[in-house]
Amino acid sequence: MAGTFDFSPDDRCNAFITTCSTAPFTDGPLAGTAVAVKDNISTAGIQTTCGSRILEGYVPPYDAHVVELLRNAGAAIVGKTNMDEFGMGTTTETSAFGPTRNPVDPERVPGGSSGGSAAAVAAGFVPMALGTDTGGSIRCPAAFCGIVGLKPTYGRVSRYGLIAYANSLEQIGPMARTVEDASRLMSVIARYDPRDSTMLDKPYDHGPTADIAGLRIGVPEEYFGEGVDPRVAETVRDAIGVLEGLGAETVPVSIPGMRHALAAYYVICTSEASSNLARFDGVRYGPAVDTRKTWHEAYQDLRQELFGTEVRRRIMLGTFALSAGYAGRYYAKAQVARRNIREDFERAFRDADIIAGPTMPTVAFRLGEKSDPLSMYLSDILTVPANLAGIPAISVPCGRVDGLPVGLQLMGRQFEDERVVDAAFAYEQEVRA
Amino acid sequence: MKTIVGLEIHVQLATATKLFCGCSTDYRDDEPNTHCCPVCLGLPGALPRLNRKAVEYGLRVAKALDMKVPEESEFARKNYFYPDLPKAYQVTQYDKPLAVEGTVEIEDDEGHEKIVRITRVHLEEDPGRLVHVAGGSKYSLVDYNRSGIPLLEIVTEPDMRSPQEARRFLNKLRTILEYLGVFDGDREGSLRVDANISLEGSERVEVKNISSYKGVEKALTFEVTRQKNLLRRGQKVTRETRHFMEGRGITTSARGKEEEHDYRYFPEPDLRPLRVAGWVAEIDLPELPVARKNRFMAQYGISLNHARTLTGDLKLADFYEEVAHVDPALAATWVADTLLGELNYRNMGIAAVPAERFTELLALLRSKTITDAAGVQVLREMLDTCAAGKPCEPPAAIVDREGLARATESEFTEVVEKVIAANPQAVEDYRAGKNGALNYIVGQVMKETRGRADPRELGRIVAESIDTGGV
Repeated sequence: MAGTFDFSPDDRCNAFITTCSTAPFTDGPLAGTAVAVKDNISTAGIQTTCGSRILEGYVPPYDAHVVELLRNAGAAIVGKTNMDEFGMGTTTETSAFGPTRNPVDPERVPGGSSGGSAAAVAAGFVPMALGTDTGGSIRCPAAFCGIVGLKPTYGRVSRYGLIAYANSLEQIGPMARTVEDASRLMSVIARYDPRDSTMLDKPYDHGPTADIAGLRIGVPEEYFGEGVDPRVAETVRDAIGVLEGLGAETVPVSIPGMRHALAAYYVICTSEASSNLARFDGVRYGPAVDTRKTWHEAYQDLRQELFGTEVRRRIMLGTFALSAGYAGRYYAKAQVARRNIREDFERAFRDADIIAGPTMPTVAFRLGEKSDPLSMYLSDILTVPANLAGIPAISVPCGRVDGLPVGLQLMGRQFEDERVVDAAFAYEQEVRA
Repeated sequence: MKTIVGLEIHVQLATATKLFCGCSTDYRDDEPNTHCCPVCLGLPGALPRLNRKAVEYGLRVAKALDMKVPEESEFARKNYFYPDLPKAYQVTQYDKPLAVEGTVEIEDDEGHEKIVRITRVHLEEDPGRLVHVAGGSKYSLVDYNRSGIPLLEIVTEPDMRSPQEARRFLNKLRTILEYLGVFDGDREGSLRVDANISLEGSERVEVKNISSYKGVEKALTFEVTRQKNLLRRGQKVTRETRHFMEGRGITTSARGKEEEHDYRYFPEPDLRPLRVAGWVAEIDLPELPVARKNRFMAQYGISLNHARTLTGDLKLADFYEEVAHVDPALAATWVADTLLGELNYRNMGIAAVPAERFTELLALLRSKTITDAAGVQVLREMLDTCAAGKPCEPPAAIVDREGLARATESEFTEVVEKVIAANPQAVEDYRAGKNGALNYIVGQVMKETRGRADPRELGRIVAESIDTGGV
């Protein structure tokens, strides 16, 4: 049943950077399903910008591994979604193509950086979309827009073709209205790819089940502490109560390393970004460099002009953190903090099978509310630990505060993505019934 | 004043494909940018995938140089902007190299054996290449065919004491690499050297990007003179990086930004740490130059000098073993002395010489069908046809065509008598006891017979002729 999918959404929330009005598809498990793809995932023949002017007009000559898999599964790739420039943001406001609005409330941000994918799903343009998550970029917008988003275990989905922001932290993952759809999309994209050396050959072949009797749920105090809106905390505690009602038991756990999580995260991601983004020089792709200047000057001017403020800020921070004389104080220390957090989780997972908490400390911000970068960084506190530890984490809608969605975050042991999917599925089935 | 030299050598490993992708490394005669893919072009989203063969080749070198291979080594990013570097970082190894602490044995300037310590070897990717268009164009072109070719960087301790030693070290290293089958020294640009040189007690100077064996000796010789002159004039040597201008044979200061680079190394997050210490035991090393030299002396009974020369080049050693069966001693002299000299004179490689034909030549010499002098003439004839790209004529055919077969005694007795008759003064001198006179007469006979007579035999016959008063 191969064919083409006609796609012309009334995109009032600016979810898409590029739409494909007629998207071809083939036979397969997702035959004829419209799937939106975040604009930092390479799509052969379709412009891929990372939300940046520096890649405007860049049409990759190759497909990312996940895109190949989507096409083979019969999905129709209907468009490329808006995002914070290179994934650097928590609101989708740093996009060079204008902010995306939250379909739940157009005066609110959809979260970020996969805000376009979340909005496209929440607005009903597509049933499922691909996002990427470096420090919460799938889970945050999923929570803010009231949909499901899974950040897989690091090494479960190939990053080949994902335009890198912070290689050691990020994964591509599914976003959908239901856990079942997120799981279906995960089954398509989690396939071994030898081109990604950080991958393990552990394909995801799983249909979610709602039986969670006996599941031990760790509840870390750090996830309900200072900075977390008490009403959000309350909503999430209620959701955990629902899981208990289904036969799960809760155990107190602690992630003391969380104290240094944000600092470690921002040092690591900016360090890696400063290196990853150095290749954007206007020589091989994107808007062309001015050849009348000396190459050094030409690079400088092009990058000054075409990178946005937040991207330049992070490149400078990362460059500093890796500099001779400072790398020991910043980059090396961040690695230690990262190891501590990983060990904290390993310890916690001796007592618990999954760990539960809020995805975000608050509900969606108003557009423009987080103009101060530091307060924006702080809102990532509950999502970055899973990236530092490389563990799977899902956000599933669990109620509303002030009419805005709240996300329940469930984290699992490495390569136990199936277990967090099952727990989210059990919750979703119970509250839907 | 002691000269202190240490080298960093970059050699291209002769793998079929690049270090992190499947593109072919055989690009030299091809159009620019035809051996490229998303990985070696550094396209956004592409990821490196390590070439197993390159690691094996690196470990072969490590084993041959008797190095330690740590449990874990790691790739790192070296960050800097340059148009030939498509990712704006080079994937290399920094504080966890593939192997450390090895040795290479060379001869010092007095001919004694000495050890040059190897600090480390590590793997890294070659950048692309800038092509500057002639005529002051406003832009340069970039060719990424070379981008991603596997390089092995070999770093020595400052153990060499002269430019000549440095050159001998490089020759020895090249030989080892060729024996290991990991390197093809005939490929243009397959070896590049950075040399550190200082005079004892003075600052060190780094000369970058020397691209030939001779260049290293030249650049270092220039530096020794330059630095000595500075000191003689009461000036100081500045610690700096200098470039070698191959064409002019001089080094020039590379002042400015280049020296202030902060490469911001950090572990390459797209590759896992390398745990290959266990592979080393599996590697079967081929016979290396020193072992082969000793075997040549034992098996063929040839001199140390001949054995050393013959094993100093893999292809030459192979060639010798192909022809040695005729007569090992004769073959050693003819290959190491005569043939090598004739090849060098013509700037030819041993690969151009068909071993079969050379075997025939040796057989003619051994059976005394031709004299040594005639043999040289035949060899020259053979090499000239080879150099012209024509099939090599059998030496026997050349002998026939040119009439170079050893003269029979009756044949040259006639000539002897003719020469004696034509040179009465020389005969007088000989009779008066002047030995040089005999050599003169023999020389004349040789000339007449075009080397077809054996000079020693000839001397006897000439002397007998005169003594018996034939004339």
